[in-house]
Amino acid sequence: MNAMTQDGYVTADGRQIGPVVMELRNITLRFGGVVAIKDISFDIRQGEIRAIIGPNGAGKSSMLNVISGFYHPQDGQVIFKGQVRPAMKPYQVARLGIARTFQNIALFEGMSVLDNIMTGRLNKMKAGFLSQALWWGAAEREEIENRAAVERIIDFLEIQNIRKTPVGRLPYGLKKRVELARALAAEPNLLLLDEPMAGMNVEEKEDMSRFILSVNDEFGTTICLIEHDMGVVMDLSDRVVVMDYGKKIGDGTPSEVRSNQAVIDAYLGVAHD
Amino acid sequence: MIYREAGDFKTSYRDDSQTFPIRLDRWGYYAILAVAFGIIPFVINDYWANAVLVPFLIYAIAAMGLNILTGYAGQVSLGTGGFMAVGAYAVYKLMTAFPDVSIAIHVLLAGLITAAVGVLFGLPSLRIKGFYLAVATLAAQFFLVWLFNKVPWFYNYSASGQITAPTRTVFDQAVTGPAASAPAKYLVCLVFAFALAWLARNLTRGSLGRKWMAIRDMDIAAEIIGVNPLRAKLSAFAVSSFFVGIAGALLFAVYLGAAEVGEAFGINKSFLVLFMIIIGGLGSIFGSFAGAAFLVLLPVLLKNTLVGTLGWPTDLAAHIELMIVGALIVTFLIVEPHGLARLWRLAKDKLRLWPFPH
Repeated sequence: MNAMTQDGYVTADGRQIGPVVMELRNITLRFGGVVAIKDISFDIRQGEIRAIIGPNGAGKSSMLNVISGFYHPQDGQVIFKGQVRPAMKPYQVARLGIARTFQNIALFEGMSVLDNIMTGRLNKMKAGFLSQALWWGAAEREEIENRAAVERIIDFLEIQNIRKTPVGRLPYGLKKRVELARALAAEPNLLLLDEPMAGMNVEEKEDMSRFILSVNDEFGTTICLIEHDMGVVMDLSDRVVVMDYGKKIGDGTPSEVRSNQAVIDAYLGVAHD
Repeated sequence: MIYREAGDFKTSYRDDSQTFPIRLDRWGYYAILAVAFGIIPFVINDYWANAVLVPFLIYAIAAMGLNILTGYAGQVSLGTGGFMAVGAYAVYKLMTAFPDVSIAIHVLLAGLITAAVGVLFGLPSLRIKGFYLAVATLAAQFFLVWLFNKVPWFYNYSASGQITAPTRTVFDQAVTGPAASAPAKYLVCLVFAFALAWLARNLTRGSLGRKWMAIRDMDIAAEIIGVNPLRAKLSAFAVSSFFVGIAGALLFAVYLGAAEVGEAFGINKSFLVLFMIIIGGLGSIFGSFAGAAFLVLLPVLLKNTLVGTLGWPTDLAAHIELMIVGALIVTFLIVEPHGLARLWRLAKDKLRLWPFPH
């Protein structure tokens, strides 16, 4: 990594990364007596792809749930765009411009692909009740404008042919892609991806990696992702946080993390003598 | 080959999102409207109005209401009968208190009053789901019937405890009371059913409808994309109760003329409307009409066949009829659990390719 300053840094492949968007300061999350996250601090910068990795049960998904407002940490602060974020409901967090996907797909099975992606734009649709009931004025105009925006995302993710298919009938890999589309439809500042490539074959992983990179590249979206596939993580991300047993054991560029002794120990195991 | 969409290209998102994207469907819809508004009012007689068409239209409104709540927003309700009673008693109080105001306005106001009551009884849905919510709405059903029985103010202290609709007119035609003619009753119900179906379609295709369906399919994911569950669920209760309240008001004022709450709006009504949407198809406006038609027409049809054609005694026919309807409902649910709306869609899919198998 080139010199890290207040305003950002330049990545190995020459992309300019901006200032801090999301800062997590001394986060501790407990479920009863179980400490899921222990005093973790890290930040996510504008325009970067930030990965959170770690063995099973390390607290990665809990971390993502803290960021998306699903869990409220007992200690520590979530600082979004320079301001401490008070405890919020998930739908309020969504309105701040934070979108996410889930580890096990959370699509609306009874609706078509198009309708699912349209739900991603619900926060942009402001037509009043009467206008919607009469389908007159704002409601119809909004519907068409947002449909156009959704169609751009459909083109971008190459799912034109399944737009009207009910989501329940799609194979796993495509569902993952539709879920990404729904998150993208909200035009988020910060996109959280919880294991976007879990359970995929190599080809699907390559497709998904390509989409993640082009989302970051074309829309400038800041992405924070959790992933198990080390090869993918090391290739995609600019900086990596490594967690183990709820603690942060490493933070830095992929090459820094790879040579970190604590990380190697956590992943490969270490002889206790 | 007759029913096809090939060549029917859509060049704008507006065209693509219309209610009947296929040309033949659109024509069929216009044809049905033309017959319903242009021909039936001139040929309808008392028997057809009272036995078939008026109850069909009123139950279709109630079914649409429950379908919005259960089919679209996923909140189970067994309180439909109670909410219909709210509509009926509201319209009764309004009709007797303000005799000079048009009945149409009273029916709409009764819908709004029911919407407010519906929101109140919808509050538990914020904490409980599924069967537990069904039980909570069941409490609403029993409480409301009890209330209208016990508080004489609601039935204007009448000795019988019944409410009786006075004669009210629309465009100088009596639509309620004993003087109302068959075409007038039919037309009033038709106008309400048509307008409300249009309203329901608009609400369910826009952002509010998507919020409801998102809550139905996965409430956690809905919240994470920015749906406020409180507002989504309560708006579903409000809109649903508005429909159900109007249905109750029409059922009492136009169809029954006089009603006793336990008999007309008991738990049986709640189940009847629930069966309608299950048989018709959850989450479908067409299904609401189909289910209402099925459950209104089937008993009439069976009675005519058994008593009229086969010459059975009336009491025997009445019992057999119940058994046949019940058996048909069970068979139906086993064969096609997604209802008539699904059958209709499958038939159309087949027709698109007919006479070719693939």
